[in-house]
Amino acid sequence: MLGIKGGDGMAGVRLANVQKSFADVHVLKDINLEINDGEFVVFVGPSGCGKSTLLRTIAGLEEITSGSLHVGDKLVNDVPPSDRGIAMVFQSYALYPHMNLFDNMAFGLQLAKVPKDEISKLVHAAAKTLNIDHLLDRKPKALSGGQRQRVAIGRAIVRKPEVFLFDEPLSNLDAELRVRMRYEFAKLHEELKTTMIYVTHDQVEAMTLADRIVVLRDGRIEQVGSPQELYDHPANEFVAGFLGSPRMNFLEGTLSANGSGDGGLKLKNGVEIASLSGAPASLTNVQCKLGLRPENIKIDKNHKSIDCPVKFVEALGSQTQIYCEIPGAPELLTVVAPGNAKVKTGDMLPLSFAAKDCYWFDAAGKALPRVVA
Amino acid sequence: MSKLSRACIYAVLILAALYTLAPLWVMVATSLKSLDEIREGSLIAAPLAPSLSSWGKAWSSACSGVRCEGLQPFFWNSLIMTIPAVLISTFVGALNGYVLTQWRFRGSEVLFTALLVGCFIPFQVVLLPMARTLGAIGLSDSVIGLIFVHVVYGLAFTTLFFRNYYVSIPADLMKAARVDGAGFFTIFWRILMPISGPIFVVCIIWQFTQIWNDFLFGVAFAGSDSQPITVALNNLVRTSTGVKEYNVDMAAAIIAALPTLFVYIVAGKYFVRGLTAGAVKG
Repeated sequence: MLGIKGGDGMAGVRLANVQKSFADVHVLKDINLEINDGEFVVFVGPSGCGKSTLLRTIAGLEEITSGSLHVGDKLVNDVPPSDRGIAMVFQSYALYPHMNLFDNMAFGLQLAKVPKDEISKLVHAAAKTLNIDHLLDRKPKALSGGQRQRVAIGRAIVRKPEVFLFDEPLSNLDAELRVRMRYEFAKLHEELKTTMIYVTHDQVEAMTLADRIVVLRDGRIEQVGSPQELYDHPANEFVAGFLGSPRMNFLEGTLSANGSGDGGLKLKNGVEIASLSGAPASLTNVQCKLGLRPENIKIDKNHKSIDCPVKFVEALGSQTQIYCEIPGAPELLTVVAPGNAKVKTGDMLPLSFAAKDCYWFDAAGKALPRVVA
Repeated sequence: MSKLSRACIYAVLILAALYTLAPLWVMVATSLKSLDEIREGSLIAAPLAPSLSSWGKAWSSACSGVRCEGLQPFFWNSLIMTIPAVLISTFVGALNGYVLTQWRFRGSEVLFTALLVGCFIPFQVVLLPMARTLGAIGLSDSVIGLIFVHVVYGLAFTTLFFRNYYVSIPADLMKAARVDGAGFFTIFWRILMPISGPIFVVCIIWQFTQIWNDFLFGVAFAGSDSQPITVALNNLVRTSTGVKEYNVDMAAAIIAALPTLFVYIVAGKYFVRGLTAGAVKG
């Protein structure tokens, strides 16, 4: 159990019509977002999508060009970072190299003129929580990456913020440590129950940590929702492609309906993917895209939609990733099969696409409603 | 490596060292000789009866121009000019470097480039305009005027040093400090200053050497009471009453060079370290 609690008055964050431009470059375009008290929200998106800028505007490190930003009930557009009730953990940790760990964590409290014994109590409690209490008189350079990360988190905790901001905090750690720290972030949120905003480009971190995910692209919010919601009902092709690993397959073509209500997707070069039950009628005879998650494609002789030659196979032990060629499609189709699947390059695979596993997108990339059991 | 090639390398190194040290040896030896011995003996011979009397004369009674008080008063002139000029130019350079790297503004790169040009302006070019400026603000012929000139001229270099040092400091460090509640000067004093040691040493050595050794500004802008030691040394060597006192000249020259030598010996090992020091890892 943690020895410390989060901020006394907890708070949500509200952004209304927030815009941010650097000279002529519009980095954030009309951001509207309500983050609830105690929620763990993750901003994801490809690099350059504005997710870090959005976080820094909430922190007050960047001024917003227009719009309004509330932390709790307070309008903070012009409030300096230290008075916003936020604490931030940086990707590079940003520890003060000349100060020992105690001073690193105490610096903000000293500037806020918190009494000495109070500072000592807070820092020691945070250090104990994070298992770094035996290192307090060390300098940052004597620490490992994981320990530095903990100090950075400790520095945030002692400020008792109403909102925690994390800027890609795990991207400098090795794979194993990243998984462990991911769990610790989840635990930290469970214990502190403080609002947390977390920026990452790693969709696994987003899926595992978030109460809600905010997907950004080119400075706009593409979709907001719970991880499962976004996975099952992506609003568009971009979100569908961004969440899920390996990436969703997309096949572009024209949908034709046949007598039995089953559709067939005719690719550009005339190859037809047959017997797609449950294809949306509204897309009949129009250009559209079919999205298929690799893990949903079945190898099934009896209900096959198409036969595909296998181009190469990656055996990962727990699962096998198979790359097949669909004639006329620009990219190889990825299929995830169980680890014991006996497939080799050159095999012809009968692939089956079940109706419930198909994602349909119109020509503009907008998703059609899906029915998921 | 064979013994022969090792011996060759040492031979070359020793020769180079001798070549470099020979003038110093001649100066020290000559300053310790009497005038008679100088006239009769060889230039590089060791003094037969070493005596510090010419050092005493150079320090306190040799004539430069019409004053016969040795280098002593000019030594203090140089000191009270150099120390404030070094400290002010270094400190302002640090502040400039801080702003140019961590608080960039529109046009800050242009400003930096303009400052860089200052490094390449020959001293002679600024003599007349600077003389007019000093006259206009009432600082001609004064120590304060000289300090002003050296600070202005040194800023281009000190800013360059600090800017290049601070540019490697991660911006996140500044942001973390701002979230912690530190303002412009708090960040400068409490975060940046403590990690600037090596570049301070580089800057101080550089500025001290430049300003202490400067002759042109000293001869152009100093009054007769505020002349630096370099100008006095020149006068002392040129002032002769019949006999040329080589031993006194040599002693005076060494005295004039001692402070820079002292700074190098005290801080020299940090000099190279500071020049090569780069990123400050968190």
